[in-house]
Amino acid sequence: MSDHPYIELKNICKSFGTVAANRNISLTVNKGEILALLGENGSGKSTLVNMLSGIYSPDSGSIFIDGNEVMFHSPKDAIKAGIGMVHQHFKLVDILTAQENIIIGNKNASFIKSKELSQKINEVAEKFQLSVNNDKKIYNMSVGEQQTVEIIKVLYRGANVLILDEPTAVLTPQETKTLFDILKNMKKQGCAIIIITHKLNEVMEISDRVTVLRKGQSIATVNTSETNPRELTEMMVGAAVSLEIKRTETEKSSSPLLSVKGLEVTDSENIKILKEISFNLFGGEILGVAGIAGSGQKELCESIAGLIKASSGNVLFMGDNILGLNPGDIIKKGISMSFVPEDRLGMGLVAGMDIVDNVVLKSYKQKKGMFVDRVYGKELAENIVKRFEISTPSVNHTVKKLSGGNIQKVLLGREISLNPKVLITAYPVRGLDIGASYNIYDVLNEQKQKGVAILFIGEDLDVLMELCDRIMIINNGQIMDIVNPDSVTKEDIGLLMLGHKKEEDSNADNC
Amino acid sequence: MLTIVSKTEPSALKGNLMRVAAVIIALAASAIVMAFMGYNPFVIYGKIIEGSLLSAYRLTETINKTIPLTVLALGVAVAFRMKFWNIGAEGQMMMGAYGAALIGFQFSYLPKPLLLILMFLVGALFGGLWALIPALLKTKFSTSETLVTLMLNYIAIKWVSYLQYGPWKDPKAVGFPKIANFSDNAILPKVFGVHIGWIITIFLAVLIYALFKKTKLGYEIGVLGESETTARYAGMSVAKITITAVLISGGLCGCAGMMQASAIETSLSDQLSNGIGFTAVIVSWLAKLNPLTVIIVSFLFSMLMQGGNYIQSAMKIPSTMSAILQGIIIFFVLGCEFFVRYKFVYKKKNNGKENA
Repeated sequence: MSDHPYIELKNICKSFGTVAANRNISLTVNKGEILALLGENGSGKSTLVNMLSGIYSPDSGSIFIDGNEVMFHSPKDAIKAGIGMVHQHFKLVDILTAQENIIIGNKNASFIKSKELSQKINEVAEKFQLSVNNDKKIYNMSVGEQQTVEIIKVLYRGANVLILDEPTAVLTPQETKTLFDILKNMKKQGCAIIIITHKLNEVMEISDRVTVLRKGQSIATVNTSETNPRELTEMMVGAAVSLEIKRTETEKSSSPLLSVKGLEVTDSENIKILKEISFNLFGGEILGVAGIAGSGQKELCESIAGLIKASSGNVLFMGDNILGLNPGDIIKKGISMSFVPEDRLGMGLVAGMDIVDNVVLKSYKQKKGMFVDRVYGKELAENIVKRFEISTPSVNHTVKKLSGGNIQKVLLGREISLNPKVLITAYPVRGLDIGASYNIYDVLNEQKQKGVAILFIGEDLDVLMELCDRIMIINNGQIMDIVNPDSVTKEDIGLLMLGHKKEEDSNADNC
Repeated sequence: MLTIVSKTEPSALKGNLMRVAAVIIALAASAIVMAFMGYNPFVIYGKIIEGSLLSAYRLTETINKTIPLTVLALGVAVAFRMKFWNIGAEGQMMMGAYGAALIGFQFSYLPKPLLLILMFLVGALFGGLWALIPALLKTKFSTSETLVTLMLNYIAIKWVSYLQYGPWKDPKAVGFPKIANFSDNAILPKVFGVHIGWIITIFLAVLIYALFKKTKLGYEIGVLGESETTARYAGMSVAKITITAVLISGGLCGCAGMMQASAIETSLSDQLSNGIGFTAVIVSWLAKLNPLTVIIVSFLFSMLMQGGNYIQSAMKIPSTMSAILQGIIIFFVLGCEFFVRYKFVYKKKNNGKENA
């Protein structure tokens, strides 16, 4: 090994307006090494790697590759220098095949020699032991396969430095394992890998060293073998944090508050998105919903909340059928059901309005007359700000200018202030940092203790298993099973999410 | 290498100072154009002020132009707040004037106050219904309201032309294509030398201000403008709000048409709108959809129009000079919005070695 690291970032600074996203960050990566970049949301991880991949250019500081200083003006320069990035949201063209996606943007030849190319792609794939079907269209692929295509695309262009931005966020446990095998392989081949994540168990499993960022500064770089999750969390958050989510024990209501029977939803092309969904939701419990992205979670929430039409089935709220009512009717009927949608600023809140105008969104109609009661609104907003410890200059502050965690608190605060009996939450901690997430879990537990029935659509299986009393696993719009988290493993749930029923597994063994 | 960088939003005061600076720079830039054309810019600016403010008659003319412009811009603002891009103020004004004229001619025997109120109501109704067409097409078939409102302008203007050259042509005008004048009781009275429209205009501006800031409907229009999904999530009836807001928007434009026909033209004419429906879009946008600011911006634009007419008659300078001035001011003020949000940063180009 040479005496200098393969990649070195020195005193990198980058500001957006008055916000300093990166302050004097330095880090190094060697060949044949996996570096984990750990930090909460907004700590500057993405900004940093975007500079390494040529999307931003640093305000000051320098980047060295193999001992030579480089300056990237565009992603093209970075690709030329052998740096490839796999983004969190894949940049693939759905209707094209894997091969077409891999060669997209390569302008070396005017004609595409298909055979030659697929041979070349296969060579790359073989070298790193990746498997991909070159002629499969992207829309027919699972998320894991799509990610493999992204990785091959980068390698095909000759990258020997790979940056992965939260690669496991969308993967099932099984797919994650495959990815990690790939990464270990690449490491053996001498690639330098940077992986961004905030899942500590993954950091411990895959990385050689960890660089922790906090508020735009690098706090420390440690060898993975010499640290532990607790220490890493403390560095990341800046204070000791308990990593356990308590599951409070409460008495369940005797009869279900919400009862869904045979719910089916079809899309505009008459394809069933939800099939025969039936379950009961009791007061005083948190029912988790697990499933890979796009398995019908969104449609489940929105059909119960009256935002989209169901083609058949019943939704009973304390015995009354509410399916077919629109959200206005549901509010008017005094049915205390709250829905915290995943798209906060696009659905749950009015981004350009202040906190006052946002907290009255669902209750402004209750007051008679033609005027909006902003005196009451201000009082309500002040209460919510105080109770949920929302940090904001004032209640007249525009919501979109708040941080993600505070935005979520405004939304959750409004819904809880309506004293719901049933609370539906979709990905309530998405994009929030650890502290804010735990805050939200506490709020949900508090509601559960008050006897509220909670439907929790989640994505992090660890959280689902710790927080929920029962977990419903859906795959492709169907309920696979409803399980007790204490009696199953994460891998069991992972298999169900992929659509493997337990019986099928035993059948497969017989073959 | 110049790069564009977004910056934090400046305070309201600083933002407004930047906009005032933009107007001053625009005036300076226009001065250069005037100098090139061989005129002394200071004289022209002086004459524009003189011609729009400095006599009772000229001031009245300026206010007469401010009245319809303000009311049209208010109407546009209501639709724009909902992100319904109504650029059909011109046509809605024409249809409003047509509705008012129908009543004015048919019921000329009614007592003056009653007739005028009836003309207002029908004018507003016609303007509102004319705006409702694109709204219904949008809610039913998701057509683009921008295109439909624009096209309906020409239909409305040509409809009035047809009346003027055809069935409504005044036989007493000896072949001249013009519609007969209203009887006296269909003409708005004057208060302090200007037709009563100025009081109505201020009243409407305050009313729309209250609509935006205080009422449930205004709140709903704002929410719907931000996100239709949010509006539906909150249980609002999107169709009902859209239709109500569009009726108000078109209704205001109809009112402007009624006032213009009754007080200024004292008749119906295809020259009635004369493009101010489009100017209203600019006014509304420059005023950031604030009903009270709309009055001020309308007055300034009317000064330019009136001043332009004056320099044409007094100095034989084409009134298009003031149109150029208007264009340059709009260019600079809208361009200034870019600098409120972004800045240029100069970066030293460094061709680093990239031999990886």
